[in-house]
Amino acid sequence: MLKHLIIIAFVLLQIGFTVYEYLHINTTELTYFTADSMAVLLLLTLCVISMPAFYHSYVYLGTKQDNPKHTAIYFAAMVALLTSISAAYLSNHIAVTWIFVELTTLSASALIYHRRNNRSLEGTWKYVFVCAVSITLVFIGILFLSFSLPKAGTDALSFGNLIKKASELNVFWLRLAFIFIFTGFTAKLGLVPMYTAGIDAKDKAPSPAGALLSSVLMNVGFIGIFRTYTVAANSPIHQWANHVIIIAALLSIFVATVYMTKVKNIKRMFAYSGIEHAGIIMLGLAAGGVGYYAAVLHIILHAFIKSSLFFQQGQIYRIYQSKSIYDVGNYFKYNVTGSVVMLLAFFFATAMPPSGLFISEFMIFRSLFEANYLWILIVVMVLLTIIIWAFGKNIFKLLFTPAVDFKEDGIEKINPFESVSQFILLGLVVYLGLNPPQEFVTLIQEAVKNLPH
Amino acid sequence: MANVLLITFTISLLYLGIAHRLLTYIKILAFQGVLLFGIAFIELIEINVVNLTFVLLETIVIKAIAIPLFVNYVMKRNRITRDAEPFLPNFVSLIIITLIIITTFLLSNSISDTRISKIYFVVALSTLFTGLYIIVTRSKIITHIMGYLVIENGVFILSLALGNEMPMLVNLGILLDIFASVFLLGIFVNRIGDVLKDVDVDQLKNLKD
Repeated sequence: MLKHLIIIAFVLLQIGFTVYEYLHINTTELTYFTADSMAVLLLLTLCVISMPAFYHSYVYLGTKQDNPKHTAIYFAAMVALLTSISAAYLSNHIAVTWIFVELTTLSASALIYHRRNNRSLEGTWKYVFVCAVSITLVFIGILFLSFSLPKAGTDALSFGNLIKKASELNVFWLRLAFIFIFTGFTAKLGLVPMYTAGIDAKDKAPSPAGALLSSVLMNVGFIGIFRTYTVAANSPIHQWANHVIIIAALLSIFVATVYMTKVKNIKRMFAYSGIEHAGIIMLGLAAGGVGYYAAVLHIILHAFIKSSLFFQQGQIYRIYQSKSIYDVGNYFKYNVTGSVVMLLAFFFATAMPPSGLFISEFMIFRSLFEANYLWILIVVMVLLTIIIWAFGKNIFKLLFTPAVDFKEDGIEKINPFESVSQFILLGLVVYLGLNPPQEFVTLIQEAVKNLPH
Repeated sequence: MANVLLITFTISLLYLGIAHRLLTYIKILAFQGVLLFGIAFIELIEINVVNLTFVLLETIVIKAIAIPLFVNYVMKRNRITRDAEPFLPNFVSLIIITLIIITTFLLSNSISDTRISKIYFVVALSTLFTGLYIIVTRSKIITHIMGYLVIENGVFILSLALGNEMPMLVNLGILLDIFASVFLLGIFVNRIGDVLKDVDVDQLKNLKD
């Protein structure tokens, strides 16, 4: 009972904190934390997603008779993860961001290891090791960044100061710094080259935790790259940084396409779809113009859609006891509400019209066109078509084709109420995409104001 | 004097490439810890005393003594066989590590910065890439961790290059060290040893598409 109260208290605290930061926008606290518009936007996203995440964790842990100690570790790790993610969003100093990103690795690994078997051990080990190497790369990048400064001091590495001094930075060191920091943060955002560990982690983590890993934790990687990119964009290496980002983004979309067509595990398929979206977001950043706005919109909407897909996946697993596409099918017969969510979320994730992603993706394509990246646009569109085909093939198999050798007796009846949170999240995607409130638009415009137009 | 230590450090990388037994790896790591202690002492003598003591204690106690002893303990506890089991012959390893050092050497010629002394850059980058090379060419989990520790040493050297002006970054590097040693080694290898019978990355190959 006490446990429930503490979790509820944490959620209330989280909401209160988000509202507080929204009201005190652009104030600096404890020297190293500034609630700028970008941080507030991502905090709001985190706040919205964390509530269903706790709810679904209760559902998930309630269905299995777990060791109370493991349950306690699970919730403690989740609270620690959410706290360190919030701190990483808010920090205005690259070294402080780095520390909290390191903490997210620690707390996420406890979530991934929750089932305590060979496979989850493997997933955790790969995640921890790849994240440890990437966090080292980010640190090397920070060192190079400090070399690039004309005069060093403790507050010299705050993002505000770096943007102000961006034109005076030594180009050679800045290039090296950008490459290393970018590569390091791709482990969190899920881009080529370091995306591999995230896939295993999202697959092996319990589905509510997987939802957090593939939405708010990806945003941590995004904010790291975004803030570093803002510095690079104000310096002479802007063009060069764009090219680096475009190469990584194209490769990511390509890798996502290849794996989407052959992957047989539903959760991994969702994870690869996340890689595709991360690639599109990076293209938006690189194209500039309206692409900046669209990239920020895209990452927020993607977080809502991907988390609702993962929440829904928990129900599929409870019915079929399998994540393989071969073992599932005819889902409409067993769980109508869940199937509707699945169908809607599929349309939304592939950016079909009622979805807000359609708006942001369209804007990104427009900005690519305006920035004269026509060939890249064509390649990306072809790849996205293949992804929609592959994604649709698997989802329709799940929804309509009868499963082979599936025994219907004794399957669990899913309470339709468990899908309400997914409907709310998907509804938010439509609302924020098609008819965004003025405050939301202002926040996004404020968030990208430091980028050159 | 610092240059002599840095060059000795680079030579220890070559030795790492041809070492056969895991015990030799541990000894080299301990030796590198002692070298780092010397380099940090010479480089950072001007920063404030508390900070300097912290950095020096970290290098000598954690890098040179605690981590090697702990790796040794983990090996004994999990009964890991003593051979490093590289995928490539040692001769090839030696050539590749030499090439890494030469490449970073050539790369450093493009630096026109007078503030950063080039030798730190060369040694740090070649240590970094040697560590990565060791990770990809050895098959045991424990050698992966050792490769990671070598990378950490490289990062530490790099952070010393501007250590006088920004002691905060040296401390952050130490934080990274403690993260790696406590977390990767402490919790993880013990767990892996409990769950898996033989600690080899080949057992961790089930997750794929």
